[in-house]
Amino acid sequence: MKALAASRRHRFAPVILMALALLFTGAIYAALAPNAAQADTASATDIAEGERLFITNCSTCHGMSAQGTADGPALIGVGAAAVHFQVVTGRMPMAANAPQAEAKPPQLTGEQAQQIAAYIASLGAGPSIPSDQQVDPTLGDAANGMQVFRTNCAMCHNAVGAGGALSEGKYAPALDGATATVIYEAMLTGPQSMPVFNDATLTPDEKRDVIAYLMEQRQPNPGGLDLGSFGSVSEGIWVFVVGIGLLIGAAVWIGARSS
Amino acid sequence: MSAETSFSKAPPAAAVAAADFLDTRLGVAKAVKGLARKLFPDHWSFLLGEIALYSFIVILISGTFLTMFFVPSVAEVRYPMDALPVTMRGQQMSEAFASTLNMSFHVRGGLLMRQIHHWAALVFIGAIVVHMMRVFFTGAFRKPRELNYVIGFSMLIMGLLAGLTGYSLPDDVLSGNGLRITDGVVKSIPIIGSYLSYMVFGGEFPGTDTIPRMYTLHILLIPGLILAMVGAHLFLVFWHKHTQYPGPGRTHKNVVGYPLFPVYTAKAGGFFFIVFGVLALMGATMSINSVWNYGPFDPSLVSAGAQPDWYMLFLEGSLRLMPGAAEVVIGGYTLSLNVLIPAVVVPGVLFTLLGAYPFVEAFATKDTGEHHVLDRPRNVPTRTAIGVAILSAFFVLLGGGANDLLATQFQLSINAITLVFRVLFFVLPFVAFIVTKRICLGLQRKDREVSLHGHETGRVVRFASGEYIEVHQPLDEYERWIRVGHDVYRPLEIEPAEDLNGVRRPGHGKDKIRARVSQFFYQDRVEPVTPAELAAASAHGEHDALPALPADRPSEELDARVH
Ligand code: HEC
Ligand code: HEC
Ligand code: HEM
Repeated sequence: MKALAASRRHRFAPVILMALALLFTGAIYAALAPNAAQADTASATDIAEGERLFITNCSTCHGMSAQGTADGPALIGVGAAAVHFQVVTGRMPMAANAPQAEAKPPQLTGEQAQQIAAYIASLGAGPSIPSDQQVDPTLGDAANGMQVFRTNCAMCHNAVGAGGALSEGKYAPALDGATATVIYEAMLTGPQSMPVFNDATLTPDEKRDVIAYLMEQRQPNPGGLDLGSFGSVSEGIWVFVVGIGLLIGAAVWIGARSS
Repeated sequence: MSAETSFSKAPPAAAVAAADFLDTRLGVAKAVKGLARKLFPDHWSFLLGEIALYSFIVILISGTFLTMFFVPSVAEVRYPMDALPVTMRGQQMSEAFASTLNMSFHVRGGLLMRQIHHWAALVFIGAIVVHMMRVFFTGAFRKPRELNYVIGFSMLIMGLLAGLTGYSLPDDVLSGNGLRITDGVVKSIPIIGSYLSYMVFGGEFPGTDTIPRMYTLHILLIPGLILAMVGAHLFLVFWHKHTQYPGPGRTHKNVVGYPLFPVYTAKAGGFFFIVFGVLALMGATMSINSVWNYGPFDPSLVSAGAQPDWYMLFLEGSLRLMPGAAEVVIGGYTLSLNVLIPAVVVPGVLFTLLGAYPFVEAFATKDTGEHHVLDRPRNVPTRTAIGVAILSAFFVLLGGGANDLLATQFQLSINAITLVFRVLFFVLPFVAFIVTKRICLGLQRKDREVSLHGHETGRVVRFASGEYIEVHQPLDEYERWIRVGHDVYRPLEIEPAEDLNGVRRPGHGKDKIRARVSQFFYQDRVEPVTPAELAAASAHGEHDALPALPADRPSEELDARVH
């Protein structure tokens, strides 16, 4: 009991309490929040709420009615998928003026993202958010996804989606954290330097195959530690750190009793 | 430290009988006795070559296992629908790639063996390079060991070729990319390039001959040559006796160390198992070259972050750093300087410099004596500085080869990185040369200082007269030997161009070049302590300063002085 009392006065106690409270509200939210499928049909209230959120969070750059300003492009006709992608990955609202809009912890909730998306979609037709079934990896063919991925994506994102460099500080991010919906939307809308893969270039089935392939990559590597999936360079570093390092250590130990 | 340690325990009778049998027929007793009494100096850096040797043995063993399951053919097959991994099911691929997948997923221990083989290859070449650095920086390549240096150097080249051919065998995208680059490099050679490429690949790349040819080279020719050279290399180490680090009683005429049997054999045998163990551990826990991620080779594909194994990365870097604009067209013929320079000229210069180095240095010193005592790197500043300069250029090329990863991992602009490396490639070696040389000379001065005055103890004593001095601890015999007992070279003086009668002397031109090279090597130096100085210093008490010495003291004095 004494220990408990003492720990209550610990200087980290408020932080931990706060974290627990956040976890609790998060859990309740997750249980009650509508999922993507339910929110598909946008109501007028959603659109109205979306407009309000847009004006507070986005209009400084994209203009009061999404017509675009010097600081950001027009969003009329970009579609719900683009907005949803940008907001749930935390890219929008954009923060610093970096070579590219960085993904960061999202500022708006999934529901709010849906509402802004509904608002933007109401301004002009564009690609909509894919349904759960469209992005279900278990319905895709990973082997075909492999083919599609390596012909269309690997040159930027690396063979297993570990990411890669583009010019002038831009880069294609690693794909190991993206949700199935985000992967689909990225292909559909082509954010920033990434090309658009509309349904004529990659059919919805092929998109799903790509998702299946990328999800397959999240299985543990049968060879052991994947060393970051950066291929030969990380292998080269590890061979000196672990292999040559241990062996020279052993050599020093063996040669220690010398002269 | 003596070789005459006796082992009094009597061997078992069966062993005696067997030994007697062999002795009376082959006369082995004398040979074995000679062998067992051979002395080996003991130092951890002398085990670096052994790491290379043992990993080579592991490569041979694991490689033999792989040959039982690998099919060196580019015949097209469709990967079975019920086989692993799922991402490869039903894919069109070569038999070589299919057999590699099958070996990794369906042969018991297959993936482990593949990974051990590949890690062992990386360790092998890594150990060769570190071993070579040891040989270079300690001057172990001097007479009589120049030839062995050349053998070692050839093994390095063979090791690189073994790696290149092995990497190409699985016929995945990366290995195909690597071969494609090789093809481009061969084709960039003026006039004969395209003929050479057709000869190497048996027609237009990739063709159907490539994999079978690589296979023969990889499993037969190259390992055979390496094996033969290892034999010659070790025989010469044995024949010349091993070098030793400077120390009391160690001269160019003796070897101080442990007998080959039992001490050295026990240590070396144990070390083999350590090397094997480390390689097995790496193979078991760390994935390497997971070819199923890259998929079967298709000439049209590239992937971000595609790099060769580390020992080829400098070539990749050299290609990446070269501006593409260097391609020129002369009378309808394209001269691909943008490939020729980075992939042929740069490594050519780097390797020629390395391979020829012992002969360059011998030319500069005109030293024909035998050297069995190693140099401390600081005592040969120019050599050490050249070595560090070469290494720095090598590291810049490595960085260039990994420029995309540096960009993503450190969030830099790849364009800026490439530009910086281009400049560094030319500047860094010079800076490294000058800085290293300064550091070496500084360390030598410190040695001089310490030999004359002893170590500072931090204890300050006040004399009755009021004078304060810091007490200096004189060096013990052992340390003094190390700090003062090295050879010094001075720039060679050459005879005048004409003799007294005004007749031109033959060979003067060559001598002039020699003098210039020698000047470059030995102009800046710190004269080591002479016996006279040492005597003077100890007579004065350790703390006194000494008058500057005349610069041109003959070096023979040195050898006369040290015990
Ligand atoms: C600080 C200014 C800024 C803010 C705030 C901002 N954006 Fe953006 N947004 C940009 C810029 C700049 C781009 C163009 C990025 C690029 O292509 O490099 C962009 C691009 C986009 C795109 C992609 C357009 C396309 O063609 O695909 C969408 C969608 C988007 N923003 C939505 C939003 C939403 C929704 C918000 C509010 C939650 C928001 N943005 C807030 C600056 C901003
Ligand atoms: C020209 C290079 C390029 C190609 C080709 C490309 N991408 Fe991208 N991709 C990018 C860039 C750049 C970004 C980052 C965009 C941003 O930050 O707004 C990106 C972002 C993404 C993201 C978002 C990742 C996240 O965590 O937010 C996904 C998912 C994605 N790409 C998937 C794909 C797939 C699948 C393909 C192939 C069909 C593909 N990309 C092809 C360059 C590319
Ligand atoms: C196949 C790769 C190689 C193997 C297996 C190998 C093995 C060995 C071994 C076991 C020794 C004796 C112990 C030692 O000094 O480390 C040795 C000595 C030596 N090696 Fe290598 N080596 C290889 C590559 C090289 C290379 C690349 C060079 C230099 C270009 C080189 C130059 C030498 C020299 C000059 C010696 C004699 C050193 C001395 O006596 O001090 N070797 N090698």
